[in-house]
Amino acid sequence: MVEEIGSTAAGDIIINVGPQHPATHGVLHLVITINGETIQKVEPHLGYIHRSIEKMCESLTYRQFIYVTSRMDYLSSHINNHACALCVEKGLQIEVPSRAQVIRVLMDELTRIASHELWWGAMAMDLGAFTPFFHAFREREAINDIMEETCGARLTMNYMVPGGVMQDIHPNFQSRVKEFIALFKSKVSEYNELVTGNIIFQNRMKGVGNLSAADAISFGCTGPTARGSGVSCDIRKLYPYEIYDTLNFEEILETGGDSFARYMVRVREMSQSISIIEQLIDNIPEGDFQAKTKAVLKLPKGEFYQRVETARGEFGVYIVSEGGTTPYRIKYRSPGFSNLSALDHMARGSKLGDLVAMMGTLDLVIPDIDR
Amino acid sequence: MFILKYIKEVFSGLKSLAVGLRRTLYYFSHHKEIITQQYPDNRDTLVFPDRFKGEVVMVHDDNNEHACTGCTACELACPNATIKIITKFDITPEGKKKKAIDKFVYHLELCTMCNLCVVACPTDAIKMAQTFEHSVFNRAELTKVLNKPDSKIREGVE
Repeated sequence: MVEEIGSTAAGDIIINVGPQHPATHGVLHLVITINGETIQKVEPHLGYIHRSIEKMCESLTYRQFIYVTSRMDYLSSHINNHACALCVEKGLQIEVPSRAQVIRVLMDELTRIASHELWWGAMAMDLGAFTPFFHAFREREAINDIMEETCGARLTMNYMVPGGVMQDIHPNFQSRVKEFIALFKSKVSEYNELVTGNIIFQNRMKGVGNLSAADAISFGCTGPTARGSGVSCDIRKLYPYEIYDTLNFEEILETGGDSFARYMVRVREMSQSISIIEQLIDNIPEGDFQAKTKAVLKLPKGEFYQRVETARGEFGVYIVSEGGTTPYRIKYRSPGFSNLSALDHMARGSKLGDLVAMMGTLDLVIPDIDR
Repeated sequence: MFILKYIKEVFSGLKSLAVGLRRTLYYFSHHKEIITQQYPDNRDTLVFPDRFKGEVVMVHDDNNEHACTGCTACELACPNATIKIITKFDITPEGKKKKAIDKFVYHLELCTMCNLCVVACPTDAIKMAQTFEHSVFNRAELTKVLNKPDSKIREGVE
């Protein structure tokens, strides 16, 4: 640390944000070089919550390794599990029953809404508004109750298994989801009243944290972070998996490239997810919820990759198999890591007070970055 | 023109604040909309769904009989080595040796409630219970033996 101070220009000050800081939403450590109040450099230090999940997965079988991925991006745990299940199914060439496919997509979209709700509340809290956090949690609680009833857990569900889903949906599932849709639609106008239209919020978001489309691509940003800059990167549209190619929904694109554009992408995505759920909730086909699989899964020798769109961006699972019951190597491509790399570029030249707002719009989940 | 625009912005800004404040005041005056539950006080009214994954328990019937054959399918399915089955050999009335469980050891402190053991069990001997307050003062209390004392396997379960 002494060397770093010695290498800075005259008048620069180095300050540490984190690893224990409420604004970083986890154990992220930012070393910030400032001159006055202007940010010169932001250097994220990672590794505080590294659990070597990739290495752990090498000693787990193809049924067992899925549960660990819930602990990475815990806000979209269903979608992470989905990616792993799809990748194993790709290797085993299992045909998933259509009922399981619909249930999986429904769960994914409910998770996406829950994740964006939490982000919306945390985003407002980063800017100093505390009430929206509770408004967001009220709707998220309804989703958590649905998850608890069908999957048995509220956060780390482990519901997706190779071949389908672990249990059939609860008999109350459809009516509970319909209740949630009605609740969400009646409350979504509050979001715009409380936060989106607020003049203080808009002034702090507009023109802050600019990221051009070219930069978003070169930093490898995906998800709402890149779509806020006008980069089309929705995996559900570009590389459809499950039944996404038969569904009618829009890819949300904003061209602003600033914090407000990224905010609007997420708020509008919630409505798209609601529309997907509405299309499917009355059309869950009858049949099995799980394909018949062997007791011991053995992937053939080779390499398999599956990408999905989580609430944060592109999540990829890369499995190298030697033909045994456990993978030879697993690599996860997590969206948070790439999105975080753009923070330095976005923050340079802006004021220190805006840094928290920029970090909020990146929607960082630290266990997803460190794994 | 600049001043007109400036004044317009001031008023639209004030209006946006008033709109937000109206929403806050609405909830301030409508107590029925509050859905917060006071957790330790509402223990009696808490209802958990049947599928809630709290901890693994072994199902015993009225005759103190369970359905666990000691096949170790759950032990193999568990990703964290939470379950350890210690088997013994019973002597059947015909004089043959038969494998049975001596102790079904369950480490709650290692369990992640992934449900894989319950799915793997061929005889539905174990299930998930809805308990959730697992805090203890002594760590050793988290290591449990799931089969009750003097319990034996139910007739006809193979």
